[in-house]
Amino acid sequence: MTGTILFQQLINGISLGSLYGLVAIGYTMVYGILRLINFAHGDLLMFAAYTAIYLIGIFTLPWQISFPLAMVITGLMGIVLDRCAYRPLRDAPRISLLISAIGASFLLENLAIVIIGGIPKGFPRPPMFDHVITILGVRVQVLTLYTPVITIVLLLGLLYIVYRTKVGKAMRAASKDFEATRLMGINLDRVIAITFFLGSFLAAAGGIMWAMKYPQVNPFMGVFPGLKAFIAAVLGGIGNIVGAVIGGFLLGLGEIMIVAFFPEVSQYKDAFAFVILILVLLFRPTGIMGEPMIDKT
Amino acid sequence: MSKERRNLLLNIMGILVLFVILYLFNEYGTDYQIRILNNMAVFITLAVSYNLVNGICGILHLGPNAFITIGAYTSALLTMSAAEKQMTYIIVPLVWPLNVLHTPFVVSLLLGGLMAAVFAFAISFPVFRVRGDYLAIVTLGFGEVIRVLANALQGVTNGPLGLKGLVPYTNLWWSWGVAVLTIIAITKLINSSYGRAMKSIREDEIAARAMGIDPFKHLLMAFLISAFFCGVAGGLLAHLITTISPTLFTFFLTFNLLIIIVVGGLGSTTGAVIGAALFAWGGEALRIVERPTDLGFLKIPGIPGMRMVIFSIILMLVIIFARRGIMGRSEFSWDWLLSKLGWKEKGF
Repeated sequence: MTGTILFQQLINGISLGSLYGLVAIGYTMVYGILRLINFAHGDLLMFAAYTAIYLIGIFTLPWQISFPLAMVITGLMGIVLDRCAYRPLRDAPRISLLISAIGASFLLENLAIVIIGGIPKGFPRPPMFDHVITILGVRVQVLTLYTPVITIVLLLGLLYIVYRTKVGKAMRAASKDFEATRLMGINLDRVIAITFFLGSFLAAAGGIMWAMKYPQVNPFMGVFPGLKAFIAAVLGGIGNIVGAVIGGFLLGLGEIMIVAFFPEVSQYKDAFAFVILILVLLFRPTGIMGEPMIDKT
Repeated sequence: MSKERRNLLLNIMGILVLFVILYLFNEYGTDYQIRILNNMAVFITLAVSYNLVNGICGILHLGPNAFITIGAYTSALLTMSAAEKQMTYIIVPLVWPLNVLHTPFVVSLLLGGLMAAVFAFAISFPVFRVRGDYLAIVTLGFGEVIRVLANALQGVTNGPLGLKGLVPYTNLWWSWGVAVLTIIAITKLINSSYGRAMKSIREDEIAARAMGIDPFKHLLMAFLISAFFCGVAGGLLAHLITTISPTLFTFFLTFNLLIIIVVGGLGSTTGAVIGAALFAWGGEALRIVERPTDLGFLKIPGIPGMRMVIFSIILMLVIIFARRGIMGRSEFSWDWLLSKLGWKEKGF
């Protein structure tokens, strides 16, 4: 393998990894607070992509407005999801919460089929992201370069919210102890709603960039990125935001590199992430950056 | 007559009545009705064995579709004749010794179940190291890995083309016979000391451990038995629809089973049976919403995909507002039925 090809694959891996990372943040935040795998999180990617398509297509908004707007709408959708599917089950056994999450995921996918139809739609990629430039002899689409940059910017913004604002403090408190947080006079439901908003907002950014990268939007487009992003979150140490992004990068790079170095196993690409998951759970269940989880009941 | 003898007699009579009904359908029913009854029996087998892990042991296992796949492929490969196999595997020839093996249907079903149990044993070590959501995602991942393998290992599974033209061995006797055997076996297990240990793990694993119960041993036992019956049901399913391919056994199948046991009542075998029967029947009845309907004055276009929307909504409504489902954790018993019917208990 030549240096240029390796460089090319490295860029692809980082780009894919940053998308996994963006989506993984939402999983890790919700898991940190509710101890719940939000199965419907991946479907928010699909929701965001369709919202962006319709904002551009029907309301003919320029992408500079419609993409952020789609992210906000998806964030609100995250709040709706929490309100309808998870909040009524706060005191229920965890298994019920998880079943509700699976139900919500299937509901979103099948509603999309009923309302929009199962035929893939093209995604209108703004010309700005379409350029191809040459770095060190490698032709790269600029989108591939923007993706990690956007991810890092969003990550820094999120870290500011979580570690420098009052709401962020409340979130960190809620992830340690519900009761004590309530006793401090914090409105727990509001904190959880904000968590869902932020996670879904970032998932939407991931979803829109995913749709620009692979411009075939269909009702099930979020399933695999969602599952893999969750694995990235586990790999990085669940509950840890920076860990989620690092896990995302590692998983994305790993997937691309495996296919680049061993083309004959490319059919098994989708199984790779799950093998990683099993290995992590066997040997280091807390992930790379994680600390042991306190079992909330 | 003691209560036990009476209940045993009533059970035997119940099974006889069931088979008389099946006989009548077999003779006079339409193909469509027989098909629904076959589906019903396969779903009952699947739901009852799935409920053993999810309802009785209280762990959320999301990979039964993997065991159904393994059972279906194993059983199908064993009943196909060598000539058929040669015709089917056009791209990559089937590996030895599968290409010459040929067994009767019943042996193939048993081996399908055993094969599923072997795989279940192989993944049980990583699976039972974790609990809760992690266990759910690991088992779900296993289901995906099996699907990827079924697509990729062309020398064994014929890849995405799948296997076609299987002999339709599955009839009402096979499907309902297996269903009844599954119900008997799993009820016996649940009412044994093993079953009580499993329930105690569900209620409080630490307390169960303190009572000297080994959680791994009991969970493994439930997992293997459940996988075995899922594998057998997979074999039945393969010889019912006669064409199998990896797309048939996605997470979607697991989702349907989950709906069945949640609606029926997590932890109740009776509930699983009722849920499966309702699902097999309701799934067909709901086809109405996907077909264009002509009311004479009004034409309603069919909405493809609407059935799954309705199923998802039912699942969420049940889990949020009626978590106990139809049966809760109660079981059907003759004592209960007879007392409802006004039967006076005689001293004995």
